[in-house]
Amino acid sequence: MKFKGFAAALTAATVMLGGIATAESHVDPAIAGAIKARQATMQLYAFSLGTLGGMAKGAIDYDADAASAAANNLAALTKLNQMAMWPQGSDSESVDGSRALPAIWTDFAGVSEKAKAAADAADAMAMAAGNGLDALRGAIGGVGASCGGCHKAYRAPE
Amino acid sequence: MRRLLRWLVFLGIIGLAVFWFVTRPDYLDPDQFAGPTGDAARGEVIFAATGCASCHADDAATGAEKLVLSGGQKFPSPFGTFVAPNVSSDANQGIGGWSQMDFANAVMRGVSPGGQHYFPAFPWTTYNKMAPADVVDLWAYMQTLPASDVASLPHEVSFPFNIRRSLGGWKFLFENRDWVLTDVPNDQLERGRYLVEATGHCGECHTPRNALGGPDRSRWLAGAPNPAGKGTIPNITPAKLTWSEGDIVEYLTSGFTPEFDTAGGHMVPVIENTAKLPAEDRAAIAAYLKAVPAVE
Repeated sequence: MKFKGFAAALTAATVMLGGIATAESHVDPAIAGAIKARQATMQLYAFSLGTLGGMAKGAIDYDADAASAAANNLAALTKLNQMAMWPQGSDSESVDGSRALPAIWTDFAGVSEKAKAAADAADAMAMAAGNGLDALRGAIGGVGASCGGCHKAYRAPE
Repeated sequence: MRRLLRWLVFLGIIGLAVFWFVTRPDYLDPDQFAGPTGDAARGEVIFAATGCASCHADDAATGAEKLVLSGGQKFPSPFGTFVAPNVSSDANQGIGGWSQMDFANAVMRGVSPGGQHYFPAFPWTTYNKMAPADVVDLWAYMQTLPASDVASLPHEVSFPFNIRRSLGGWKFLFENRDWVLTDVPNDQLERGRYLVEATGHCGECHTPRNALGGPDRSRWLAGAPNPAGKGTIPNITPAKLTWSEGDIVEYLTSGFTPEFDTAGGHMVPVIENTAKLPAEDRAAIAAYLKAVPAVE
């Protein structure tokens, strides 16, 4: 029991040391704007997915026109040229307010491959979404997997 | 002077004896595992529930490659970088030459066939609560997986944390084989507790640790700093996780949050595993997460 008390005291001391705050950083407005733009793009993905995913899980009634519109928007969004939204120095290690890991800037081939996977999955959804709820449900898994594929490799925890 | 020296030698010997006793490997009772041979088909579900492939397969593996448990993934931590070993069925580089008891002692006691302690990066700290029959089925399944002759890499852990014997002291201080949630009034909660506390090892990342890496069970699942760098592993107690049980089930099935964001990082392979579980198991995990104490 004494050992445990000692370990607890050691922990408390370490936690206190670790609690000394780090200096705040100032973000270049150009970098901040780029981060805002790419986060807005993610928000637009989420808005379209809200319709498609809501229908897939039965939270929203299926409507072929609304599903097609959302899926076409999603497919268009995945084809935006985002080069200007990812300037050097806008990664999670360099600035506050982004969870984009530095690996994005060192692994261009991997990023391109995952971006293409997202565009392909969104195209498959655009083909399927208007053809009934079962077709939509069949395509949603691929969309989710392509989101996760990029987030697994390139997004830091909150 | 001579008397003092004699006393010091005496105390030193006692100290070493205590150290030796406290840090000795602890083995399971083989009688608990003496039942029928394992069922590999059941073991496949347990393999998803325990998430072995998330760490032991190659990070970039997709599809069937995820069943090649060749190791090599790196796990940075405040103590150094742990490297997942080869646990494929290869007799030389993997664990194909092990007995069922070797496997059970590794998984449930964190002891290698040679009597060495494993680092708690390997979550035997969770698996120590598994049902022996599940470990037997898991072993039966893992023997059916492909062999890989890739050699395991050494952990990049520096002194003093690289002294394996001292991990026996870590076990003495921090290993706990009791359930965290003691009150499980129905079968669903009991199942959820088993999936979270005995197989799914959610607490390994979502529960904070002390300076020596021991989990703080008073803050069970209340979130922790990311051991690999910046950021925080979120609090998933009801204090912060306000999703409905249906939302949690959806997340564990498709990876979508209620806002249609998706899981990232190490949660991606976790969801690949939970998606393979029966739907009632995901519902049981969700029920459990609603029942744990809310910790701010």
